[in-house]
Amino acid sequence: MTELTAPQGVDADYYRVGTPVADTKAPAGPIAEKWTKRKFDASLVNPANRRKLSVIIVGTGLAGGAAGATLGEAGYHVKSFCFQDSPRRAHSIAAQGGINAAKNYKEDGDSIYRLFYDTVKGGDYRARETNVYRLAEVSANIIDQCVAQGVPFAREYGGLLDNRSFGGVQVSRTFYARGQTGQQLLIGAYQALERQVAAGTVEMFTRHEMLELIVADGRARGIIARDLVTGEIETHLADAVVLASGGYGNVFFLSTNAMGSNVTANWRAHRKGAYFGNPCYTQIHPTCIPVSGDHQSKLTLMSESLRNDGRIWVPKRKEDCDKDPRQIPEADRDYYLERIYPAFGNLVPRDIASRQAKNMCDEGRGVGPMVGDFRRGVYLDFSDAISRLGRSAVEAKYGNLFDMYARITGENPYETPMRIYPAVHYTMGGLWVDYDLMSNIPGLFVTGEANFSDHGANRLGASALMQGLADGYFVLPNTIRDYLAKGPYPKLDENSPAVAEARQSVDQRVRTLLSINGERSVDSFHKELGHIMWEYCGMERTETGLMKAIDLIRSLRAEFWRNVRVLGSAETLNQSLEKAGRVADFLELGELMCIDALHRRESCGGHFRAESQTEDGEALRHDDQFCYVAAWEFGGNGEGGMGAPVLHKEDLTYEFIQLKQRSYK
Amino acid sequence: MKLTLKIWRQDGPRARGELVTYVVEDISPDMSFLEMLDVLNEQLNAKGEEPIAFDSDCREGICGMCGLMISGEAHGPEKTTTCQLHMRSFRDGETVTIEPWRADAFPVIRDLVVNRSAFDRIIQAGGFISVNTGSAPKAEAVLVPKPNADRAFMAAECIGCGACVAACPNAAAMLFMGAKITHLGELPQGQPERAQRVKAMVAQHDAEGFGGCTNIGECSAACPKGIPLDVISQLNHDLRKAGAGRF
Repeated sequence: MTELTAPQGVDADYYRVGTPVADTKAPAGPIAEKWTKRKFDASLVNPANRRKLSVIIVGTGLAGGAAGATLGEAGYHVKSFCFQDSPRRAHSIAAQGGINAAKNYKEDGDSIYRLFYDTVKGGDYRARETNVYRLAEVSANIIDQCVAQGVPFAREYGGLLDNRSFGGVQVSRTFYARGQTGQQLLIGAYQALERQVAAGTVEMFTRHEMLELIVADGRARGIIARDLVTGEIETHLADAVVLASGGYGNVFFLSTNAMGSNVTANWRAHRKGAYFGNPCYTQIHPTCIPVSGDHQSKLTLMSESLRNDGRIWVPKRKEDCDKDPRQIPEADRDYYLERIYPAFGNLVPRDIASRQAKNMCDEGRGVGPMVGDFRRGVYLDFSDAISRLGRSAVEAKYGNLFDMYARITGENPYETPMRIYPAVHYTMGGLWVDYDLMSNIPGLFVTGEANFSDHGANRLGASALMQGLADGYFVLPNTIRDYLAKGPYPKLDENSPAVAEARQSVDQRVRTLLSINGERSVDSFHKELGHIMWEYCGMERTETGLMKAIDLIRSLRAEFWRNVRVLGSAETLNQSLEKAGRVADFLELGELMCIDALHRRESCGGHFRAESQTEDGEALRHDDQFCYVAAWEFGGNGEGGMGAPVLHKEDLTYEFIQLKQRSYK
Repeated sequence: MKLTLKIWRQDGPRARGELVTYVVEDISPDMSFLEMLDVLNEQLNAKGEEPIAFDSDCREGICGMCGLMISGEAHGPEKTTTCQLHMRSFRDGETVTIEPWRADAFPVIRDLVVNRSAFDRIIQAGGFISVNTGSAPKAEAVLVPKPNADRAFMAAECIGCGACVAACPNAAAMLFMGAKITHLGELPQGQPERAQRVKAMVAQHDAEGFGGCTNIGECSAACPKGIPLDVISQLNHDLRKAGAGRF
């Protein structure tokens, strides 16, 4: 039963308030014993019965690929889906820097508890303690598993694994494979997955996109997918559905995500009743290559590990901004992170590094070419590191990143400082899940970046790979068995109303998109949405800006359904049609993100609310009012497609870590 | 910049294809090659013509999804992926031919999009280390000398794009396979299955319709990750030892 109340003030027009989320189903007891207890209490499935139980997994990145492999090894019948031509393409592959694990190889005071503490603090005290502790607890197992699979992590001359440090922490706990850690981890998971394909436990569906969730008798029972090659609309049924479909940063059009990264699987599930947790929590990554022009289709990240040896600066004087940086003397440079945050310097968390870069450019001290009225870039300078360590040592550590930078910009970063600017990189928000990673729809599990659970309002570097693999290898396989043990669930007929309704809605949508035949391309709508989101729901947000954004998105969405042009047919490979469906969902998600941002009248993590700052311009949280997860229920189909969403609050209780205003000074 | 493009258009797997000529103007040298195709597609869409289908995903040179034959060279004139190729590598007024990867084992799906699932099946045949989740020993328990770890990493950089096959006159996938054999064979964890792995992968490679290696070296020259030719020597070495039962 949902009790609805109207919020106060301007918010009243945008959303309604429902009953709080009562229970996240984490076991009681000391935090270090919760996961052991949960694993013991979760029902077991006899090996002989596993093959009678089926699981659909959407997405083959670290979270989905690892889960598919592990559930296949256990003997369940897995159906795995990806929109790319091979599971090895998933965007986890692009992660560069590394993966955290509390191995304490450096004997520098690391521990499970410290990784837990750092992650909660880094998330600005908006993550759930129980989940984060578990993440830290299984982190060491991940490294063991990956090494056994043959992941070639960096090693020292003695043959032991090497570690480096990353933003927001003071220990070296990051394992890495040059600047290609995500690639190597994903290839490990991919190979494990393909091994199960060969073993017959995993059925692989490449070039397939999930377009609808099937919910029958209150349970998630399958998906409707489109074969992107033949255009066929297919029904796939199972005992449980796992969404491991990644993040939704592409709502901003320009982001570090892959071209195909999208929110459709998540959004379709949201429309079927799954709560969306903290949709406005977006990570803007500080070290990306700046935008060079209007043609740009994506932004490229330079690993944050560069901040270990690179020093960030802008000229002290505006007049110096168009000078050759090598001609600007030391005294005229402002190493602003080292100045403002002497304890952490260039290794402050991502949100802080990004906002300060924006502040410098807003003050008119940005560098690089003018884009609009601003120079949007700051220097990341390796000249000190090169003179201290030698060029070859720098090359060994970061060679591929330097090459990538040179290729994209046409500049040589060994000789002139890199230019960097923040870009949308990761979304901490996602579908709401309980301790078991199950959404509020029984049988629908959500893992990796697609869920909201572990990073609060800001994710620390090298934590996404950790979470994806923790969920996929170790957490989900242990929690989903408790649900599957109660199955097999009653066989669902392909002609049952739940299936027929889902199929029909997909058919209808595809037909509609192809029949509008308007005047604007899908990309033009996507770009316009991206501009709105970046301007009003990006690094800094205001009440008036967000209200304006909501109006703009609503009218853009109306125009989309009136004026989009999608050519071709539904019966072949049709990339415009694929994009159109994804952008249609982004146009709805964007509005929910703005409503979430509007209601959260505090600054926290990557979300800076201009009305909520300290005297010296730092983010100001309001723990008394906002120490909760905002879990949004779909508001139904109102006029223009969406009724006012319903806010369910999950209060965050900190039993083990004391809430503090973050300080990296 | 202004370019004349001759692009392979083919409606479907069984349709006849042909090269169609397009002229694109106002190209910025800072654009990537695929962004240039995005611009062309926007223009085609505005004219009511169906856009050209091509694959790409990460657009930062790591996922391996993109891959075009550009004026006869896999991924074009630079040693990088198509998505990381920039227009500053072309001359104003140049004519550029754009085709899909050509190989029997990579059938065309549409326009510039091909089916590379044969690569997945080669990995399924043995391109892995059999270790179930949870059964791994402690990572620190096994030391790996740095030279072996580095060589394994070098070989593991393969992105599975298929440029090696497209560049090879025999459409062989030996570089792709050799990279995996080398990656796993350099590591202590990869030893137990070393003989079985190479035999099964090579059998699958041949069954997929890839050709044999005749040491021409186009594969390595086209490889965006610079995988060296000696991984094929490693492959042959392992195959010989496996055949002789000497692992």
